Amino acid sequence: MSSNLLITNARVVDPSQELDAKLDVLIEDGLVARVDKKLKASNVLTIDADGLVVTPGFIDLHTHLREPGQEHKETIATGTRSAVAGGYTAVCAMANTVPPNDERAVTEMIIAESARNGACRVYPIGAVSRGLEGKELAELADLRLAGCVAVSDDGKPVYNAQLMRRALEYCSMLGMPIVAHEEDANLNEGGVMHEGYFSTLLGMSGIPAASEETMVARDVILAALTKSHVHIAHLSTAGAIAAVRNARKAGVRVTCEVTPHHIALGDDAVQSYSTNLKMNPPLRSTEHREALLTAIADGTIDAIATDHAPHHFDEKNVEFDLAPFGVIGLETAFGVCYDRLVREKVIALPRLIDLLSCGPARTFSLPGGTLREGSLGDVTILDLDTRYAVTNTFASKASNSPFIGETLHGRAVMTIVGGAVKFDIRVGQAPSPVSRAKKKTKR
Amino acid sequence: MRTQASALRSRHLLGIEPLTPEEITLILDTAEGFKEVSERPVKKVPALRGQLVINLFMEPSTRTRVSFEIAEKRLSADTLNFAASGSAVEKGETLLDTAENLMAMAPDMIVIRHKHPGAPKMLADRLPASIINAGDGAHEHPTQALLDAFTIRERIGRLSGVNVSIIGDIAHSRVVRSNIHLLTKMKANVTLAAPPTLIPAEIERMGVRVVHSLDEAIEGADVVMMLRIQLERQGKLSFPSLREYYNTFGLTPERLRRAHKDAIVMHPGPMNRGVEIASDVADNAERSVILQQVTNGVAVRMAVLYLLGGAHVVE
Repeated sequence: MSSNLLITNARVVDPSQELDAKLDVLIEDGLVARVDKKLKASNVLTIDADGLVVTPGFIDLHTHLREPGQEHKETIATGTRSAVAGGYTAVCAMANTVPPNDERAVTEMIIAESARNGACRVYPIGAVSRGLEGKELAELADLRLAGCVAVSDDGKPVYNAQLMRRALEYCSMLGMPIVAHEEDANLNEGGVMHEGYFSTLLGMSGIPAASEETMVARDVILAALTKSHVHIAHLSTAGAIAAVRNARKAGVRVTCEVTPHHIALGDDAVQSYSTNLKMNPPLRSTEHREALLTAIADGTIDAIATDHAPHHFDEKNVEFDLAPFGVIGLETAFGVCYDRLVREKVIALPRLIDLLSCGPARTFSLPGGTLREGSLGDVTILDLDTRYAVTNTFASKASNSPFIGETLHGRAVMTIVGGAVKFDIRVGQAPSPVSRAKKKTKR
Repeated sequence: MRTQASALRSRHLLGIEPLTPEEITLILDTAEGFKEVSERPVKKVPALRGQLVINLFMEPSTRTRVSFEIAEKRLSADTLNFAASGSAVEKGETLLDTAENLMAMAPDMIVIRHKHPGAPKMLADRLPASIINAGDGAHEHPTQALLDAFTIRERIGRLSGVNVSIIGDIAHSRVVRSNIHLLTKMKANVTLAAPPTLIPAEIERMGVRVVHSLDEAIEGADVVMMLRIQLERQGKLSFPSLREYYNTFGLTPERLRRAHKDAIVMHPGPMNRGVEIASDVADNAERSVILQQVTNGVAVRMAVLYLLGGAHVVE
């Protein structure tokens, strides 16, 4: 299935080797064979990437593929097509499916279906607790053996501190992190948006920043106690960042991710009552967003993760209070982050690639995230000069994006997984590998 | 009246927030004319003849629904009352489907009361009818604020510079939000008083003063507006007991003495006597304007209906 492929004339940006230069990339048998100047190879598909940027494939630590059980929202086939359309070569599939991924059979089903119909690599995330009920541990070692790369009850927190402690201890033996969804539902009390001026203005129940911060504080303390790795999912508040920084200084193994929508949007946007602005954690106020930007720039944040959460049109086409939390994000992540972070000079491009590829690989100890010789032939090709309007047409089955109608700069134009072209913007999804004439560099 | 017709920029009334001071004044001035209609032996004008107004009340309401219905009838509109109970809503029909089905019967205006904020805007974004917000969750209740302003203007003669103190469950009140928008736009001074548990985040940014003492709030007030304590919220940690609430924030005749000597007492209803207000205050004919508020509600709603609908057909 893997083929040989030569990408020429590209600006290769690989932060894992501190590489940013005009180079060629040769992929053989699904692996990176060489990255060098003026490579020659015969019998290969040659892609002229003049004017384009080549990076290690993006890895999303936080994707809801919804299969099994909620195929009306998304499937492994459509979710992974959405992923490659956004430049992702691998996604980590969250456990809150129906039934949840709390036992080996479900993990194996996800892996088998991904191999059959997936467009990119899928790394399952198992549940921390049986049935995501927060009462007793799932069979964590069995989940690990079946192929889970982390465990999480994402969608809800692990309220029971003793269960969290035991899970952390147990996972340290298995060498996998616990991904913590941090909120205190008692503090939220039916909240649907960030608690602040705009929730007051709109008369909506608020989700205070403290809801996230108290739980992050608890979990970094438990990570210290157990000497285990906790990964904070979709971190959204200044106080949570401070807790992560302090814990790190004390030597605690804590990593964290932020989403593109928390970077780009604020709670003031909810004045439109669009249910595509409803997610959990909610869009926060300016001071929290500024803290996120600082944390991205200073290295506190390990990864940008989409929290791609597809919902059916009917489910979102209701009153704001009644709509489910969550937005899709795989296809807009790069454009949004390139616009808000690189074009607005918060960080340089290599740091963004680190957050989208190398950082995620490091955080969950995944293969990929690098173009070193011998590593996975997973490559994303980006066009930084393209401008495009986001419409409601997505490769995802869902269209609950908060960015519909916005104009973004920069997008993935080709996504290569294990040496196979899985997305090519000129022809749509997964084309048959035929040699192409000189590629035009500007659209 | 006709000389002022159709000066509202929007064909919907979704809240006070989008209105200009001139628009508010127009509605209040128009309402004065309609108040006179309500005092005639034949209390009816033909302004909305042939127009269909649907009152879509998805949440219990007595005062507001009845007031709108009377206003519509006095303007000669055809009216239809739709309540959530006993309708397809109980069978799981969504708000949008309900509204689109009603829309298929070609109403000119829909008056909506709904427990979720933003529901009126949701209809306004999608339907061709004029939408009037009769209260959406804790967001806005624009006609209540307009009738409150009408009553203040009637009794005190102006809105600018008037000291208005609003006391009670600020957090869950749509009335208070609409009143803050209206009163600050009209340059009145607004003070809010409640325990901190009933004050929502950053409400000072709306241009109001917040205190946690009833006496401090009432001191020198021209208008004392009491809000209903939502008894169904008891036990939700906002305050320990009704007894303690009455002792700390209940309006009694003694406490009212701190207000301006001609101060008026308002309440949007329904009242909980002995919880937020003593009967001696509520029934004090010199101070309490609670029933005038209800009377004025009809005139104000006639003005709103007329300016949004009637003004277009009565040339």
